[in-house]
Amino acid sequence: MTAVGTEGAAVALDIHARTSTRRKVIDAFFKLFLWISLGIALGTLITILIDLITEGWPRLNPALITNMPSARPERAGIQSAIFGSLWVVGTTAAISIPTGVGAAIYLEEFAKRDRWYNRLIELNIQNLASVPSVVYGILGLAFIARGFLSLGFTVLTAALILTLVVLPTVVIASREALRAVPNSLRYGSLALGATEWETVYRQVLPAAVPGIATGTILSTSRALGESAPLLLVGALTFVTFNPDGFDSPYTVLPLAIFRFISEARIEFRPLAAAASVVLLFLLMGMNSLAIYVRSRYEKKLR
Amino acid sequence: MLAFVVLAACGGNGAGGSDGGSGGLEGTVIIDGSSTVTPLITVAAEDFQAVNPDVRVTVATSGTGGGFEKFCVGETDVSMASRPIAVDESATCQANGIEPVEFIVANDALSVIVNPDNDWVSCLTVEQLNTMWGPESEGEVNNWNLVDASFPDQNLELFGAGSDSGTFDFFTAEVNGEEGAIRTDYNPSEDDNVTLVGVEGDVGAVGFLGLSYVLENEGRIVPLAIDSGNGCIAPSAESVIDGSYVPLGRPLFVYFKAESLQRAEVEAFARFYADNQDTITETALFIPLSDEQASEQRAELDEITGG
Amino acid sequence: MTLRATGGTRRRLYVQAAFKSLFGLMAFLTVGVTVLIVLSLLVPALRFFSEVSLSEFFGSASWAPLFSPPRFGVWPIVAGTAWITAIALLVALPLGLGVAVYLSEYAHRRLRSFVKPFLEILAGIPTVVLGFFGLFLVNPEIVRRFWPVGEVSTFSGLAAGLVVGIMIVPTVASLSEDAMNAVPRGLREGGFALGGTRREVATNVVFPAALSGIVAATVLAGSRAIGETTIVLIVAGSRPTLTWNPGEQMQSMASFIGFAGIGDQPTGSTGYLTIFAVGLVLFVITFLLNIISIRIVRRFREVYE
Repeated sequence: MTAVGTEGAAVALDIHARTSTRRKVIDAFFKLFLWISLGIALGTLITILIDLITEGWPRLNPALITNMPSARPERAGIQSAIFGSLWVVGTTAAISIPTGVGAAIYLEEFAKRDRWYNRLIELNIQNLASVPSVVYGILGLAFIARGFLSLGFTVLTAALILTLVVLPTVVIASREALRAVPNSLRYGSLALGATEWETVYRQVLPAAVPGIATGTILSTSRALGESAPLLLVGALTFVTFNPDGFDSPYTVLPLAIFRFISEARIEFRPLAAAASVVLLFLLMGMNSLAIYVRSRYEKKLR
Repeated sequence: MLAFVVLAACGGNGAGGSDGGSGGLEGTVIIDGSSTVTPLITVAAEDFQAVNPDVRVTVATSGTGGGFEKFCVGETDVSMASRPIAVDESATCQANGIEPVEFIVANDALSVIVNPDNDWVSCLTVEQLNTMWGPESEGEVNNWNLVDASFPDQNLELFGAGSDSGTFDFFTAEVNGEEGAIRTDYNPSEDDNVTLVGVEGDVGAVGFLGLSYVLENEGRIVPLAIDSGNGCIAPSAESVIDGSYVPLGRPLFVYFKAESLQRAEVEAFARFYADNQDTITETALFIPLSDEQASEQRAELDEITGG
Repeated sequence: MTLRATGGTRRRLYVQAAFKSLFGLMAFLTVGVTVLIVLSLLVPALRFFSEVSLSEFFGSASWAPLFSPPRFGVWPIVAGTAWITAIALLVALPLGLGVAVYLSEYAHRRLRSFVKPFLEILAGIPTVVLGFFGLFLVNPEIVRRFWPVGEVSTFSGLAAGLVVGIMIVPTVASLSEDAMNAVPRGLREGGFALGGTRREVATNVVFPAALSGIVAATVLAGSRAIGETTIVLIVAGSRPTLTWNPGEQMQSMASFIGFAGIGDQPTGSTGYLTIFAVGLVLFVITFLLNIISIRIVRRFREVYE
């Protein structure tokens, strides 16, 4: 690799020897290309936001949030979907964060790297992170909704499936946070006679909590926008009540949007856009929470 | 006659329901099935819950076949269907101890639709439909001029119900002569919006869906008249009720699990529908029941619930 | 503190052992998930292949598993997946790499910290929202208007590919940027010292040095495109098509699973089992791609450690 680098530099020198105006032109075009890339990427984001807001504008009012889904577009809202999403994502977080952080502590603080089973776990988590989410939907259909657990098409089923979806990223994010804790802290604690566990519990975890919080918030926010695996377990349903338990029927915001898109009447289209704005708003809320936690943490360090 | 039915409905009971609105009812009614019937039953579910806020009604759309699948293993209380229950389906139900109780809830004119910019056709014969949709046309009939030499040279794009839907079963049986027989190179969907958006977006497209979708989306797509040998008849409430819209006029069904009907909230829902069917069909732009169908429905309900 | 604690050393070690095994169990749980995935796919898929021969599945080119008579030639949905992934990468690679090079080699820190949150937002847009955007804006207003060759349908693989491409731009950008940032400063300085311009250092020094990381990012982004369900389901339609024209309707493996899942096939029927067979193929493909990308990254790491 290093060899390639020097070789490249040599080429650069070679070009320099020939024409410098040509270089300047190429440099300028290259910079233009970079600008255009950045412009398109950010422009697309802005276009999406503008498109959603302008299309959804007529329906962006309190009634959208307070009304239940309805067959009559003028009355339809997304209250049950918002509550459904809160239930499902809340449950997902409640299961995936302790499990994920626990697994991360094991891998980062306790596990011996050279053991084959620890390497297997590590490799496996990386693999799970790249499994398409719809595959988790199949697993959920076969094992959770029906089959082994037979929980039916309920809040808990959805939460378990989404737990599987986000767990690998929760583990990965928590490990990164743990890794960022300086080793001196560990050595100091161990030197004072604390056990490994006490070191983790009293020193490492408190230092890593902001990082873990940021990482896990970002990972579970993925569950909020996820639609594909839930398509397979009956979340695409007309539900006009809020969930009242883990065994309750439910719908979630992304699938309420999917439903609005699938509705034949064109009057539902602004609703799809408006509901998307609400969903993005919730997601950005979670993101800014994560950013807030991170920035507080950074200030503390300084 | 239709006018009379609708008027009677408006006079009888307005938005709310007279029956089943006793309050105090609670429980869950789980409904699944046909996408054609869904718009009708979501209106019913919504209005029912307005007077019975403690009853939870969920309406999912898995298609007629998918709905029966769940119904016959006991996952749902009510199954919506755009065709009668099939023999093998009712055998599955029986094997699982589930007794389906059939109700006709509305009528429908399965409509063949084209793009508004399509200026060369306003009526198709059943044979022409068969040429478009028959299994032997797969990969062959991809242009309007192959359907009929008088049609222009224009790509033919087909959109329609997917194989889980009763609409699919009905359409294939009536147009292609055998249930389930159809070319597979069309764009199938359990969600009729795909058909609608597809036909709206393409001059050469043809699709089929329930009349309510056509009425809800006037201007975006145009329904064609159908000629089954007695001239061109357009799909409408009148032509369905007087029986002239053949072969695509049809009743729509809902199946209750007999056991579930013993539960107060499910019975209340059934009664609510029977009492408010005219308002509901009108709101959902469906073709209401004829007087005869309505009184039959009521008698059946009384018999089963012992009321 | 140490002195006081020594008294309960045994208890303390018990507590430690308890937590160690609890957390170890949680970590092993993740392996259980993989086993569960493999089992839940493999068992029904084996039943599927006892009903449908492998030679039909991989040897014929007509996919209509939910019709009667059913046909199980998987190539149309494999081709749909390939089309959409290829288009997505064609969009995301130049854009994502452009953004990455800009952020890593050109942008000031301030601009970088300004741009990054926007990329994070773009990365976080739910796919159902992107699907809405694709079906009602990208396809009708952009693709159908400006695509120069052939007609584009109301639902098109082309538009789906474009939108999936937008979805994976942040993946390509941020992973590639990480790879470029990991290139030691000394290499760049060497480049500049030899008289290279910023562009020459970026393309001739940093880019090759980060290549393995960039390739891994590409593989990962590609595997996300392969598994994307909702966008393709909404934007590309549901007709499996073996075609050379990207403007036609398409179905990918993932969108077939979503489509069949909504329709709800009778449990145990061949149609139902098809979901698992396709899921297995999808799982195997993404699994292999991931192994490849891990290998590449590993080699890349060794260089600078």
